[in-house]
Amino acid sequence: MDIFIDQFFNIDIMRKSLPLLFKGLWMTLQLCSAVILLGLIGGLFVALGNMSERRWLRWISIAYTDLFRALPPLVLLIFIYAGLPFAGINISPFAAVVIAFLLNNSSYYAEVYRAGLISVAKGQWEAAQSTGLSPVQTLIHVVLPQAVRNVLPDLLSNTVEVVKLTSLASVISLSELLYNAGMARSVTYNASPLVLAALFYLVLLWPLVRLVSHFQRRLAA
Amino acid sequence: MDRFLETFFNPVVMAQYTPDIIAGIWVTLTIAAAVIVAGIAAGLALACLRSYGIRALNFLIICYADIFRALPPLVVILILYFGFPSIGIQLSGPMVLFIVLAATLAAFAEEIFWAGFSSVEKGQWEAGIATGLGFTRTLAYVALPQAVRLALPPLVNRVLAITKMTALGSAIGVSEILSSATTAQSFSGSATPLTMSVVAYLVIFLPMVVIARWLESRTAWKKR
Repeated sequence: MDIFIDQFFNIDIMRKSLPLLFKGLWMTLQLCSAVILLGLIGGLFVALGNMSERRWLRWISIAYTDLFRALPPLVLLIFIYAGLPFAGINISPFAAVVIAFLLNNSSYYAEVYRAGLISVAKGQWEAAQSTGLSPVQTLIHVVLPQAVRNVLPDLLSNTVEVVKLTSLASVISLSELLYNAGMARSVTYNASPLVLAALFYLVLLWPLVRLVSHFQRRLAA
Repeated sequence: MDRFLETFFNPVVMAQYTPDIIAGIWVTLTIAAAVIVAGIAAGLALACLRSYGIRALNFLIICYADIFRALPPLVVILILYFGFPSIGIQLSGPMVLFIVLAATLAAFAEEIFWAGFSSVEKGQWEAGIATGLGFTRTLAYVALPQAVRLALPPLVNRVLAITKMTALGSAIGVSEILSSATTAQSFSGSATPLTMSVVAYLVIFLPMVVIARWLESRTAWKKR
């Protein structure tokens, strides 16, 4: 038992690795805000393409969502980070992560938006446009608020997944939370920094997971 | 254009590393199958246990499901792989990958099945028990079939998301598709193996994505 505590909950080592982990947390938060924001915007456009009356646009957006939902995010990340330099395109780890996860997330967000947009009755579009609102105004002021409210739990649970996903950035040595924890582990030969990183993620995400469950129960009732 | 093809679709490199990639596909499929079976079985068992309403037990189940839904799997993988040997538990890379992904899937599956159980009306439980079925048989014959039908679309999506995470094995040296590809890439100095891994994943997962889409559209249609 002592060995276990010493290896996984070593307060001394945790305290020493704390500054490094906070630095990593800051990078994780930056990554999250970039990927979530871009994903939410990109996903909306893909979803609108999916609902379009032009067939080619529909096909492209369906192909896009299926393609990027079929590829594991890590494969996408490695392909962009390690593969593109072969074609003469060199990008920073941060940009590689943002691009890879944007492709992945915007497809997931797009599917959620799509469900939301379908849930808004067609009459709403027609009514809003008959009052003289343009299609874009109708979307922004009438349809989107209702659509988003209807799929809020799914948007939220997808966002939780995005935050968890950023931990993959450690694989390409971007010094975010998990990477820094791994560094601290290899210097100290002790898993406590990793456990501390896990605690960081729990503090960050447990409230959101609870909220998702809460929403889902309320919708079911 | 020629250079592009030469870099990403080099036929010589392809021929040379196809056996490695195929071996990787085999590893990926084996681990994925084990994760799906164990994860769904454990999740279903937890949801059934939870429906008995034993307070202390439910608290533990909820904590477990919350924690494994909140933690990035890669963090748990690294803790098991690098931390456990120092307390005398040696786990192989594939074993760690299997345990962590199955545990993660179990947490999500538990929540999905539980949502299914919750949506079965109270009257049905009471009717089942009133006909003398008893709680366990009401659970098995009345609630479960309905819960499973409701759970299917979200479960398929989740299974898909988690089996894709077998790629995380490349971080701990499991020779699945991605790690065979990156190894081949560094040996050959060509990006072609990476292209091959992308194609391999598409061949495996694209049909699953299409099936998931079909399942969802079918249930959405029924709801109306």
